[in-house]
Amino acid sequence: MVNASQFCGILKNNGFNFCTGVPCTILKDIILYLSSDPDLPYVPATREDEAMGIATGAYLAGKQPIVMMQNSGLGSSINPLASLDILYRIPMLLLISWRGYQGKDAPEHLIMGEAMLKLFDALGIPYQVISEDNPEAAISASVKTMRERGIPVAAIIRSGIVQ
Amino acid sequence: MKRFDAIRAAVQALDGNELLISSNGMISRELITVRDAPQNFYMIGSMGLASSIGLGLAISLSNAQIVVIEGDGNVLMNMGSIATIGHFAPKNLIQVVLDNECHDSTGGQPTVSNTARLEKVARASGYRVAARVTTDAELVKVLRQSLGKGPAFILVKVEKGSVKGIARVSHSPEEIRSRFQQAVRMISG
Repeated sequence: MVNASQFCGILKNNGFNFCTGVPCTILKDIILYLSSDPDLPYVPATREDEAMGIATGAYLAGKQPIVMMQNSGLGSSINPLASLDILYRIPMLLLISWRGYQGKDAPEHLIMGEAMLKLFDALGIPYQVISEDNPEAAISASVKTMRERGIPVAAIIRSGIVQ
Repeated sequence: MKRFDAIRAAVQALDGNELLISSNGMISRELITVRDAPQNFYMIGSMGLASSIGLGLAISLSNAQIVVIEGDGNVLMNMGSIATIGHFAPKNLIQVVLDNECHDSTGGQPTVSNTARLEKVARASGYRVAARVTTDAELVKVLRQSLGKGPAFILVKVEKGSVKGIARVSHSPEEIRSRFQQAVRMISG
């Protein structure tokens, strides 16, 4: 477990300098922290696919972007992933909260909670699940894969990792 | 005015140092026919996201002029983008919307832009320029006036229909991305 300042420090140490997305309760402390951090500005989007577009523009401008979202938003992101970011090879970190983890959540999260990793596999998107005892490991491994492959990679964050 | 003529007029009104984002379908095909250049980012998918890509570029590259060229169907698909652009209000972003009131690339199925006043949505969302034009002369005038004074939303009423036999975008997506990045480095120094 780390606090938001420590977690955002990990993101910045790994080269990220632009962030956009749509909130989730699991991400709220991170987004609150970033709202006052000029080194990693956060641009709130109205939808997750819009965030993918904004992050794509930021990457083309020379930034190393992050898109944050709840896994419900993965549904809205599949078309931009398939027909923009994987297709054109636009690397970015998808920091995605895992609602519906192990089937313990509100009903609206259960189906995506179960399907999420299979969707990443189906799209060919590499992913890492962030562990409680070493959050940095998943981020640095994601960055390595992102730079090698030049495509979006996902880091999945469960409740309680950042507090 | 034909859409092709509007794209040609817009390209000729610019000085060539702008970064252009063109939406999927016929608009990218017509832009590459008018003038192929590394600073054109031709979208071949992800409909609706041209303005969002433009916003990400405009926020990140304050010394470059970004021009998005898209259709009414694209705008209607990502209306939230108008709110986000209006909020951040980048001066270096111009959104040219070629409004033929239909999805021309897929057979001309009607959109709802005959009743939705998209330029008024842009104005109400905080764009500094929001105009509706019907001639190439008006388009050129508003486009030139909007350089560096955006965000600008220029809705251009155009006829349905495409130029027959127009070429597809011949570059691969990776080539489009790679040469656009080189153009960004040239323009932003």
